[in-house]
Amino acid sequence: MRHQGIPRVVGKWFIPPILLFALYVQFHGDFGPGGGFQAGVIFAAAVVLYTLIFGLQATKQIVKPRIIEILVALGVLLYAGTGLVSLFLGYNFLDYTALDPAAPPHGQHLGIFLVELGVGITVAAVMIAIFFGFAGRRRLR
Amino acid sequence: MTEIIDIVLLSFMIVLAIAVSRMQNLFMAAMMMGIFSFLSAIVFTLLDAVDVAFTEAAVGAGVSTVLLLGTLSLTTREEKVAQKNNALALLVVLITGSALIYGTLDMPNYGDPNAPAHKHVADRYIEKSGEEMEIPNIVTSVLASYRGYDTLGEVTVIFTAGIGVILLLGHIWRKEGKQ
Repeated sequence: MRHQGIPRVVGKWFIPPILLFALYVQFHGDFGPGGGFQAGVIFAAAVVLYTLIFGLQATKQIVKPRIIEILVALGVLLYAGTGLVSLFLGYNFLDYTALDPAAPPHGQHLGIFLVELGVGITVAAVMIAIFFGFAGRRRLR
Repeated sequence: MTEIIDIVLLSFMIVLAIAVSRMQNLFMAAMMMGIFSFLSAIVFTLLDAVDVAFTEAAVGAGVSTVLLLGTLSLTTREEKVAQKNNALALLVVLITGSALIYGTLDMPNYGDPNAPAHKHVADRYIEKSGEEMEIPNIVTSVLASYRGYDTLGEVTVIFTAGIGVILLLGHIWRKEGKQ
């Protein structure tokens, strides 16, 4: 689709709002529907759209495969690490009260924020990795 | 009124499922599966399960369709037509289908307050999560905090899937990235 005008122009208009919407879904999951899983997929969808319009090589210059590989693991590490922090502070694994024992709801907010961020990072990175894996076997037309 | 919408949506889904199974053009079948996912997302919305509907629309209709199309671009767009009728396959499908329908007969009615899912810890979450979490969306507090360990398992499953794909296909995309 590299030489088609309309998808290029529409894509340029749409990709930034999609990325912004992914961040909104990620950080607004406490108040409305959404959370890390949905946000990660939406973020990956923006990258997929970019790949479909501008080609795999152009995308790889922005979204480096090496970074994606790191992010795949980083999300799980962030999640499990949050659990380990509460464990080392003397509470149960993944008991976010440990993060702010003076005000438990605040600790819960912080814990849920970190955990959802971890989910979002891993989901987005895995979706992009799977898509790159398939798309990279032959150049997208 | 809601019943009419339900019936229309569910009959659309049945029609789509039959159409997909009879279709030889795999490209069209993949698109139809995307529409099927969108319809089920609408059904989830009608059931007030907005979080599930969100996931279904994003994963089922969005990413799965793209991955199916990506696979089709590597293989072929036309399905190979099997000439002979396979009676054994029909038998297996019929038995599995009737077993599944038989299974649904035991399920509680929609919105039944005595359903097992509403009897266990759900009441406590609904009553206490407001003061314990101070988060309006109970789904998020259950998913990330009360059942945080389960969600860690889910993320690990996704992580494992990603690692598997990177191990199988990763060498190709890394090599190309270096050009």
